Amino acid sequence: MPTPLVVSDVAKSFTMHLRDGVTLPVVAGVSFSIRAGECAVLGGPSGAGKSSILKMLYGNYAVNEGQIIVQHAGGLIDLAAANPRTVLAVRRQTIGYVSQFLRTVPRVSALDVVAEPLVERGETREAAREKARTLLAQLNLPEKLWALPPATFSGGEQQRVNIARGFITEHPILLLDEPTASLDAKNRDVVVELIAAKKAAGVALLGIFHDLDVRDAVADRVIDVTTFAAGKIAA
Amino acid sequence: MTDEPLLRVSALSKFYGSRVGCENVTFDLWPGEVLAVVGESGSGKTTLLNCLSARLLPSSGTASYRMRDGQLRELYRMSEAERRFLMRTDWGFVHQNPADGLRMTVSAGANVGERLMAVGDRHYGKIRATAVDWLSRVEIDEDRIDDEPRAFSGGMRQRLQIARNLVTGPRLVFMDEPTGGLDVSVQARLLDLLRGLVTDLGLAAVVVTHDLAVARLLSQRMMVMKDGRVVESGLTDRVLDDPRAPYTQLLVSSILQV
Repeated sequence: MPTPLVVSDVAKSFTMHLRDGVTLPVVAGVSFSIRAGECAVLGGPSGAGKSSILKMLYGNYAVNEGQIIVQHAGGLIDLAAANPRTVLAVRRQTIGYVSQFLRTVPRVSALDVVAEPLVERGETREAAREKARTLLAQLNLPEKLWALPPATFSGGEQQRVNIARGFITEHPILLLDEPTASLDAKNRDVVVELIAAKKAAGVALLGIFHDLDVRDAVADRVIDVTTFAAGKIAA
Repeated sequence: MTDEPLLRVSALSKFYGSRVGCENVTFDLWPGEVLAVVGESGSGKTTLLNCLSARLLPSSGTASYRMRDGQLRELYRMSEAERRFLMRTDWGFVHQNPADGLRMTVSAGANVGERLMAVGDRHYGKIRATAVDWLSRVEIDEDRIDDEPRAFSGGMRQRLQIARNLVTGPRLVFMDEPTGGLDVSVQARLLDLLRGLVTDLGLAAVVVTHDLAVARLLSQRMMVMKDGRVVESGLTDRVLDDPRAPYTQLLVSSILQV
């Protein structure tokens, strides 16, 4: 099985310059890899650093130490040391991300928010919209909402737009930050199906799920983040 | 997508006597990329923008621009005429105050048409048709084409200034606080319009702003300036979500939440 994502010895801390430069250690010695077609889940209590790890893997947080090796464009790159242009190319082509909250852009319709990542990858706008309609219908988002900007949607509606946006492309790696947190049971099941389809298609998935039913339904294994507690290593 | 930068800036400094305008600024800008330059008043961001757009000559350092023929040319070694030609054709400059970028006493249509005539268009019907098209793209009704910008609201003037700049199909646009001084609802509309135009046209842009939300919405990369120096740079969402320099942390923590 190919291994599109290898994380080795990654450490992250925050230096708070407004608090006299105090350093908050987050995680250290983070090492794992994800194979194609598997879904690994980051486990551990709130504050253990699960979201920070996902954000480093997406280039959204800087990495203090270690390497994040990603199979990208036919080669291997270290995302922890990559320049912004490379990170953007990796996001476009290789790593997808479903964030916890949707960051909305004024005046862009839900349909186009969902279609956008496909358009960025070179799909025509109409083909991208067609696929977006299919996904939004699958996620039971009422059709009357599709043409509206999601800023005024409910939490669950926004999350479904976010999920559709994350799942519309064929990125070989997909990061999921609590994608089911504000969904009802019916839509949680849809997300479980979508994840199963990604696995079958050979996508490497890494997620955070607080919902135990969803977690049990999708996880091939759990990576215990408490073993990466920064204090432990430092002590 | 080409893999050659459109603009290469190296160790650019501008001093006003012994005072620092901007110091030792280095970056590359690629086609289709939007770079935000943020910092508070007096941080040197406007000085930098004026040097980059060759409206001001730097004290030292270089900036090179890739011409349409693929040649990289040093901006400050070009003749004044060559620079002005670039400014009229391949570049745009959107001022904070539309009155600085528009001719307030000629019609909206003429404001747009003038840039077309500068690149050699002479056919009146064609120029007017293009002007109408561009006014509609910036959401100005066709029946306002013969009005002077004096009669326009602030938001409309800014949209007209954008149309005037983009009508010649520039590859690089400089913007100095493009949404400064506008009401928030007008700002949102303008930002959304700019974002769409930049994406559709594949423009590269350098946007100077003190508003981090504007930077987040428009740019992929950003530079944070303080006292004339770049204190932090990187992917826009990385800089805003994980600010590392003391000054960036101060800026980010000072944003009002709504």
